Amino acid sequence: MSLAIDAPAAAGQRADRRVQARRLTVGLAALLAVMAVFSLAWGASGTSLWGALGDLAAGRELNRLDRIILFDIRLPRLVLGVLVGAALAVSGALLQGLFRNPLADPAIVGVSAGAGLAAVAAIVLGTALPAAVQQAAGSYLVSIAAFFGSWTAILVLYRISTRGGQTSVATMLLAGIAISALANAGTGMITFMADDSQLRDLTFWNMGSLAGATWAKVMAAAPVICLALLAAPFLARGLNGLALGEAAAGHTGIAVQRVKNTAIVTVAAATGAAVAVSGGIGFVGIVVPHLLRLATGPDHHSLLPNAALLGASLLLAADMISRVAVAPAELPIGIITAVLGAPFFLWILLRRFGSTGI
Amino acid sequence: MSVLSRLYLGLNLLVAAAFAGHAALADPASRIVSVGGSVTEIVYALDQQHRLIARDTTSIFPAEARQLPDIGYQRALAPEGVLSVAPDMILAIEGAGPPETLDVLKAAEVAYISVPEDYSAEGIARKIRTVGAALDQQAAAEVLAGQVSTEIAAAQAAAAKAAAGTPRKVLFVLSTQGGRIMAGGADTAADSIIRLAGGVNAVTGFAGYKPMGDEAIAQAAPEVILVMERGGDHGVRTEDLLAIPAIQPTPAAQNGAIVRMNGLHLIGFGPRTASAVTELNRALYGGGAQDVVGH
Repeated sequence: MSLAIDAPAAAGQRADRRVQARRLTVGLAALLAVMAVFSLAWGASGTSLWGALGDLAAGRELNRLDRIILFDIRLPRLVLGVLVGAALAVSGALLQGLFRNPLADPAIVGVSAGAGLAAVAAIVLGTALPAAVQQAAGSYLVSIAAFFGSWTAILVLYRISTRGGQTSVATMLLAGIAISALANAGTGMITFMADDSQLRDLTFWNMGSLAGATWAKVMAAAPVICLALLAAPFLARGLNGLALGEAAAGHTGIAVQRVKNTAIVTVAAATGAAVAVSGGIGFVGIVVPHLLRLATGPDHHSLLPNAALLGASLLLAADMISRVAVAPAELPIGIITAVLGAPFFLWILLRRFGSTGI
Repeated sequence: MSVLSRLYLGLNLLVAAAFAGHAALADPASRIVSVGGSVTEIVYALDQQHRLIARDTTSIFPAEARQLPDIGYQRALAPEGVLSVAPDMILAIEGAGPPETLDVLKAAEVAYISVPEDYSAEGIARKIRTVGAALDQQAAAEVLAGQVSTEIAAAQAAAAKAAAGTPRKVLFVLSTQGGRIMAGGADTAADSIIRLAGGVNAVTGFAGYKPMGDEAIAQAAPEVILVMERGGDHGVRTEDLLAIPAIQPTPAAQNGAIVRMNGLHLIGFGPRTASAVTELNRALYGGGAQDVVGH
């Protein structure tokens, strides 16, 4: 996109943006730290973080309820929010880079639909499983199913769109739409079989929530999401190259196929784990990378880590709204990310159309 | 209250006074969260509402219950929200959750009593006894359970008599979203209340609440259509119902036999079920069934 600009000016602009992006990274890290403190301090109950810290500093024992609220409810929820927010935003950034399409997100390539189908199947048909399996999976049956659902969707997608070792991004996009349609049909079929209370569970699962955060869920999701987040920056150069087109990227010495493979696996791992522990949370994957590209440009070296930081902060903010807005009840977080994200997304679209005159 | 339970209470107070610091076990729960419309109704029927500090979204009867803080929908409770009202007991209808929230509540040492759900007269008696035991009101619960069982049996007998061996076919319509009928099949609260009230469910092909096809509705030929009145414009409107082509040829539509009753009253399966049976029965058999609006 900067091909028309003469080389020294372009280089200068790039350097400027790099400085800006680095400043932004520091700012976003600070924002995340503030959000983390707030989400430990805020909640439906009167438990005070400051009071508890004071007690701890003075060597006093915390009372049981405060300890449970801080360490078994708010802290795992905070960690899960950071992991899920980062995973969704980075997945969005990776897919948008891979597809060279600013609208790509896990929902478009069928990952969310695959996870949804498996989760719904677990909610409705889980009781038909052998007792031993149910016992082993416990209350994590839905999470485990969602994870395998998203992986299955992405593996099928990959098999369909790879011929002779070459992955066609266009085929992948179209296949993703078909897989989504098929998975949604399956979800509809199972929804039809569901009873009244299962229907309620399905609805709430689809709206997403961090309310079920436990250390066990954090332990299950953390390794997968952390690995994906650590792998993402290694894709930055490759994705930057891909922006020129696959052939051009290949000529500049980028192992295009390897970049595509790694990106797909990374996204499957991150979204699979995120959706498994939090249900359907939309718009983080689209909005966060967009916002960052507006601020500091499309360089994936800065985009990917910044997306992780901003995605985490955004989800923590949304989660805080979800828990205090109608306390002592709670709003599903997917509603809040959609309410915040959708108008913002429309605004971005209108700006883009305005500036290019389309 | 019996002499024995008075004695027991007095003993409790003594113990509580003696172990002022460790009285938690001797005290009956006094900060109770009630989850489930029928559970809350039973707490009020046992006259123990002064011990309630919060309720769930479905607990809307009696009207005073609405004054209590709402901790959200019974199957999507948030752990901190529940703990924030500092309960010492949660009295919840079977199926409340999610399990993660229940785990946290158990860890926080909040007593959790699950009240079994069953759409039958015996089921209501069981609910009342479970709630009574949790509230340490066994005697009162026994009286209430007996009374409710007798009332329901009487209402049911009267209903069967009114039906006179020719039960009317009733179609329960949950909603008419987009012109599509969501009907109540077997194994639903609607099916149970229809049978108790001396009718038969016009739906025979499926269990649960499901969308029903036009031809199936025509073939079911319901004589009465039963809908819920939920206040405001949330219920099924008669105009909407009659505008659906599949409904028009049914005997129910031809005769204008559309019965609407308050949803929680109709299918709540709590202490008021006998009156719901009587009311529905009267709507089905007594003096025409045009738009009977229940309370």
